[in-house]
Amino acid sequence: MLAIYRKEVNSYLNSLIAYVVMAVFLTGTGLLMWVFPDTGVLSYGFADLSTLFTLGPYVFMFLIPAITMRSFAEERKAGTMELILTQPVADWQLVLGKYFAAWTIVVFTLIPTLVYYISVYQLGNPVGNLDSAGIAGSYIGLILLGGVFTAVGIFASSLTENQVIAFILAAFLCFLLYTGFSSLAGLEAWGDSTLLIEKFGILYHYDSMSRGLIDSRNLLYFITVTTLMLLLTQLVLNSRKW
Amino acid sequence: MSLVIENLTKTYGTQVAVNDISFAAHPGEIVGFLGPNGAGKSTTMKIATGYLPPTQGKVQVCDHDVEEDSVAVRRCLGYLPEHNPLYLDMYVHEYLQFIGSLYGLRGVSLIERVKEVVTLCGLGLEQRKKIGALSKGYRQRVGLAQALIHNPQVLILDEPTTGLDPNQLSEIRSLIKEISKEKTVVFSTHIMQEVQALCDRVIIINRGNIVIDSALADLQSGENQSEGEVQRVEVVFMQPVDEERLRSFTGASLVKQKYQNTYELEAPLEQPDIRPEIFRFACEQQQVLVGLQRLIEDQKKVGGTSLEEIFRSLTATETNPS
Repeated sequence: MLAIYRKEVNSYLNSLIAYVVMAVFLTGTGLLMWVFPDTGVLSYGFADLSTLFTLGPYVFMFLIPAITMRSFAEERKAGTMELILTQPVADWQLVLGKYFAAWTIVVFTLIPTLVYYISVYQLGNPVGNLDSAGIAGSYIGLILLGGVFTAVGIFASSLTENQVIAFILAAFLCFLLYTGFSSLAGLEAWGDSTLLIEKFGILYHYDSMSRGLIDSRNLLYFITVTTLMLLLTQLVLNSRKW
Repeated sequence: MSLVIENLTKTYGTQVAVNDISFAAHPGEIVGFLGPNGAGKSTTMKIATGYLPPTQGKVQVCDHDVEEDSVAVRRCLGYLPEHNPLYLDMYVHEYLQFIGSLYGLRGVSLIERVKEVVTLCGLGLEQRKKIGALSKGYRQRVGLAQALIHNPQVLILDEPTTGLDPNQLSEIRSLIKEISKEKTVVFSTHIMQEVQALCDRVIIINRGNIVIDSALADLQSGENQSEGEVQRVEVVFMQPVDEERLRSFTGASLVKQKYQNTYELEAPLEQPDIRPEIFRFACEQQQVLVGLQRLIEDQKKVGGTSLEEIFRSLTATETNPS
């Protein structure tokens, strides 16, 4: 698994993908945080990072599928799938290696945003007037959300040999998981089960983590969805044997 | 026993790709796997490497069952897939190290082993390049190096020489010959000369069935053919003779009238030459014998000439006429 992981991280770093993703993410969030008056901290007047954490998932929704779209689709297209699956590597090792590599890139993209934290910390009046615990929780939430999106992206990529389809499918599934369920819960048809529907979505759990509350139920939700997606990926890989 | 295939059947939907084939390949043997397009060669190889599951039957590689112990099978097997898929954006060195590390090679032993296969496959000059920048022949070598990196007992090469120029062709061939000394090598090809140059044994498969499985030497001398086991004599008399009497007198197994007074006799090869008997028959019957000749079977016999003819005669069908 480690060999796969290392190779995947290397191939992200050797190609432009990782750098483009980082550049776009940081430019995008940078603009939203500091420049655009509608969302910027400077015109907002309160020292917090809520812009980053509310809009970050939407940026991820497009960037993470772009990172993951090639993982299996390209192997299928180039025929290297046959090569890699005839090496002494179990399917789950292949899936996990690819998953962790893509997630690593996602986490790396987040690291430079710590600069925003430091800046806002300094800008507070008095200096340091910032909800650090809430921000730590939000970071953990965003990393876990990135993990779920990555798993969704890997799964979508395993379904097809066309990277564009993998991208669109992943972006749609991420959207559905993130806000789709909360929006659906707004329908009046659900009656008593409205809360249940809302809890299916990521937004519910992400929001409660953003408040700085690391609840094991939320952690369990993220881990469950990620595992489910990776198991589905393994199932798709295994379907060649049906 | 390195590679054993027993009663292997593979169906795709209703189409039978491989139909109940069995063979075994042993260490030190190079087995040429021949067949027209779509005969089931690649399917058989994919099953043997564990990439596809068999519909029925068993495959064992180095005493491990492909289905039950797939990872162990993959450990002792080197596979070069058809079309030789490679990661084009990786460097040759990096790629070989990656594959080596999948086999659990680490550190110094990995670097040493990569060096060895690079030398073995003649990649020395190209090892610092990206695979995507290599010519087809060199890519093929990288594929071969990949299959050899863990020093496998069994090598399965699916069309290893397609698209190579004549020089590369002979280099790759001698490479295969070189590495095959203590390994079991099974390779598929369309090129008959290659089989003649390399193989100890030929398996021809057509529409999922093995039509011939024999040592190359036997095949070329025609020993394996039923037609080769009879002696044929053409005899010409002045007058027509009684076929039945001729047959019983000479001990021939078959007598047929070819033209008016010309007869063709067939007898098993183990029997002594029947020509003296025919002469005696003529004497006894007061017949004048005007011609007596042993037929050299160059048209009817399947073996004897080139492998290409054998291949065509065995695989020709309505859809691929010979």
